[in-house]
Amino acid sequence: VGARGCGGVWRRAWQHGAGGPCPSSCGQRAATSNGRGGAVPVGKSGLAPWVPVVGLEIHAQISSNSKLFSGSQVQFAAPPNSLVSFFDASLPGTLPVLNRRCVEAAVMTGLALNCSINKKSLFDRKHYFYADLPAGYQITQQRVPIAVNGSLSYSLCTDNKMSQMVTKTVRIKQIQLEQDSGKSLHDDTRSQTLVDLNRAGVGLMEVVMEPDMCCGEEAAAAVRELQLILQTLGSSQAVMAEGQLRVDANVSVHHPGEPYGVRTEVKNINSIRFLAKAVDYEIQRQIEELENGGTILNETRAFDSKLGCTVPMRDKEGKQDYRFMPEPNLPPLILYDAKSLPANMNHQQVVNIDWIHERLPDLPSVKRAKLVDQYGILPEHSFTLLNEDGLTEFFENVVKQTQMKPKKVIGWILNILLSYLKQHSLTVKESPVSSVLMADLLNLVEKKEISSTAAKQVLAELWKGEGKTPLEIVKEKKLELIQDQKELEQICQAVIDGQENEVIMMVLG
Amino acid sequence: ALEKGVWRFQVSAALREGHVSPRELCQRCLALIKSTRFLNAYISVAEETALKQAEESEKRYKRGQPLGILDGIPVAVKDNFNTAGIETTCASNMLKGYISPYNATVVQKLLDQGAVLLGKTNLDEFAMGSGSTDGVFGPVRNPWSYSRQYKEKSVPKSHSEDEESNWVITGGSSGGSAAAVSSFTCFAALGSDTGGSTRNPAAHCGVVGLKPTYGLISRHGLIPLVNSMDVPGILTRCVDDAAVVLGSLAGHDPKDSTTIQDNFKPFELPDSPDVSKLSIGIPKEYQAPGLSSEILALWSKAADLFKNAGAKVIEVSLPHTRYSIVCYHVLCTAEVASNMARFDGLEYGHRSEMNKSTESMYAATRREGFNDVVRGRILSGNYFLLKQNYENYFIKAQKVRRLIANDFLKVFGSGVDILLTPTTLSDAAPYMEFIKEDNRTRSAQDDILTQAANMAGLPAINVPTALSERGLPVGLQFIGRSFQEKQLLTVAKWFEKQVKFPMIQLEEGKWHNHDVFQHQKSASFS
Repeated sequence: VGARGCGGVWRRAWQHGAGGPCPSSCGQRAATSNGRGGAVPVGKSGLAPWVPVVGLEIHAQISSNSKLFSGSQVQFAAPPNSLVSFFDASLPGTLPVLNRRCVEAAVMTGLALNCSINKKSLFDRKHYFYADLPAGYQITQQRVPIAVNGSLSYSLCTDNKMSQMVTKTVRIKQIQLEQDSGKSLHDDTRSQTLVDLNRAGVGLMEVVMEPDMCCGEEAAAAVRELQLILQTLGSSQAVMAEGQLRVDANVSVHHPGEPYGVRTEVKNINSIRFLAKAVDYEIQRQIEELENGGTILNETRAFDSKLGCTVPMRDKEGKQDYRFMPEPNLPPLILYDAKSLPANMNHQQVVNIDWIHERLPDLPSVKRAKLVDQYGILPEHSFTLLNEDGLTEFFENVVKQTQMKPKKVIGWILNILLSYLKQHSLTVKESPVSSVLMADLLNLVEKKEISSTAAKQVLAELWKGEGKTPLEIVKEKKLELIQDQKELEQICQAVIDGQENEVIMMVLG
Repeated sequence: ALEKGVWRFQVSAALREGHVSPRELCQRCLALIKSTRFLNAYISVAEETALKQAEESEKRYKRGQPLGILDGIPVAVKDNFNTAGIETTCASNMLKGYISPYNATVVQKLLDQGAVLLGKTNLDEFAMGSGSTDGVFGPVRNPWSYSRQYKEKSVPKSHSEDEESNWVITGGSSGGSAAAVSSFTCFAALGSDTGGSTRNPAAHCGVVGLKPTYGLISRHGLIPLVNSMDVPGILTRCVDDAAVVLGSLAGHDPKDSTTIQDNFKPFELPDSPDVSKLSIGIPKEYQAPGLSSEILALWSKAADLFKNAGAKVIEVSLPHTRYSIVCYHVLCTAEVASNMARFDGLEYGHRSEMNKSTESMYAATRREGFNDVVRGRILSGNYFLLKQNYENYFIKAQKVRRLIANDFLKVFGSGVDILLTPTTLSDAAPYMEFIKEDNRTRSAQDDILTQAANMAGLPAINVPTALSERGLPVGLQFIGRSFQEKQLLTVAKWFEKQVKFPMIQLEEGKWHNHDVFQHQKSASFS
């Protein structure tokens, strides 16, 4: 079980300092650090194989109008403490009332992640003192969470050219509903802490992934797939930059056949790119530490994105005992399916798992398969289409408006449009070239009115966003392909005539 | 003095017929509160808002459109229920001066039905206690300490100093509410009941104390002691009044997820209840060590009353009840530790001057804000919740709780309708004697006969039964099936009629405004 994924790669990387086949990026990173870490005693232990183990705990903020247990609105970047109910501020005597929408979002997510949904789940209190936790405890689902035993399949490419994809699976241990905390802002100069409770009590889904991954690239791919699923379901907006998706990584390394090593928890990772970096750094750090005869502490570390490394976090109050206790103010959360649904039950009062199941939208994996099937594009292209927000729609719109085959269209979209957007850090929606203009342009190519090279020139003009149509640009720049045989002959003749010597040389060989 | 039988919210009829106006009634109650300040029953008196409410009520009566039987009836509320605009202190430094921005659901319901809220009544700090002696505003004095009945039998008449040291406690923790009802300063009061906190002071003060089924009345706005056992309690002078208040408070509250979903239909009790077809269970375990012989005798006399009325009276066994106190100790302190975590001085309540660090501010705030009893319970509760102890204490206690509840289910399943038990081991102790033992010891003793009903969530009621040899009230307890309040109160009413509990005869002189008081007595509620 332990050596799932690419455990062997690290050994190879370590031994030979070169990328193995799966996935090479991990190997290269390891190789780089090997090179960097000149002090590592390769001779002594360089041959010892290491198996990195990576598990993830992901907090996804539920997309909902109101909070998990109160009627307060949920909104990003609202004025401080403007979205705080009596319950959120933990005024004495207030009680939690479960938000149905949050339950449905969790059920949806559980189903999409192939979990079994617990028809009865429970809420617990997790105690700790912190300024942004007004009640002194968080309501969570420690004992019986709403969904358990799922799986998430994700794919990643095995080389940098993106031509070979492998699909892997990570087991989902559980999904639990819980409250978000508020935010503390420390003002060091005036030595005060300011507390904003707008976020306090917002619904979270904590998705716990089993330690089935072995490198940053895998972790990143798994999180990206989860993010796409959440966004497709609408159960979370899952924007990492806005804190709607927060990832903590548990990392350890061990030798094959031996028990898992001591793990560290890496926090403060706020983008998928940093996740890969943080995990790989931490794996490498642990290997080096152990190779140097050191030990790994069971500690929480923070990823410093500027330095690209993990550093020990100041432990809040040493070892925490959260003193879990059942939440006495919430009855067990009972969910129904078509079979167990009582006939006389008010439908507003119940959550029906089957009903939600029937209404699940197409998940990213299904969408990709449909794209491959319908347009004959390569699987890896379908990944790229889904990975960029709005790109699938852009592609499909172009396809609808052009005679060019989808297989050819995809090349234009991915190689030309997307790389341009990436270069200029633009999203698909911000593209200066709309799908209509793109289709017009591709139609010119398809009708052989311009060459591909000319089309690229036209695009270069279109990026300027001056409102000209492709045809106008073609006319202006005289980029049309010449269709008239005689005219073509004349041009050729003129060229030959002008280069008499060269022609003679050629004829003479 | 009027007979007990005509007490049932009689004042409501007087209001309707215009014999007394809501304003007058309110003023008299306020005057009486002033003249009985020495009882220390009230923490805050909301004179201004009460008079305003009474005026509104008066207008409704004048229009001939009172809101119902509670319209214009002066009531008091234990100071652990949130009341918008009136301080809610829990008799603790932690919440001294705290004014809640909202009304507890039960308070709102009373106000919505026209009741006039006179003020907030005294209690043990955060309702932790059984004497109403452990709050920051000082102990509550039992009005019976100043009754002719008690004086004649117990107090040496010579020294006034002796009198001072002979006053008896109200019981608790809802002692302020019990004293307020017993001394006629209000017609009904809300208490809370977690281990007996409504029934115990009701017994000691000679009033009716009802703890309804868990989940029948909203806890929203009740500052919790033990969420899984807390129930708002009702204190009145007669069973019919309790039924009226229950009818006005019961039912689902969307703000409290533990309230029942079903609609609750308010009920009236029959004028001549019939108990002949009932089966009354006498749990033998309630013959607990320390039960006074006179209460034991009273209990058996009560059983005979039922027998003579044709009811089946049988001895039953609740074998696990004797574990209820130790079990309660674990569950109560665990929930207390958790519930009290919110008092950190940040959002509301007391905040210490200490500002070395957030942690030191928390520590100082909680040390200054809570008394020893509260801090002790927090400490032991946190101990029981530690990872290494959780299985051995909390889980075990939960299992024992289930056994205790199952005992009741078995007995009720065997055909018993109502259980009859004593409410307290003895009559009220003099304050000087009571404080010789610490709060923990006292609570363990005093809750022994009432606690199990909270464990099982069952409805239970104290009915004042007789006066002890010392001239102090003694009550008996009826425990009913879940949500069978109507049956429970019907039996209680029948019993009330049989025993004809004497009215408190207050000494003149101590009660300065005797005229007011006289009127008060005759004008009872319902």
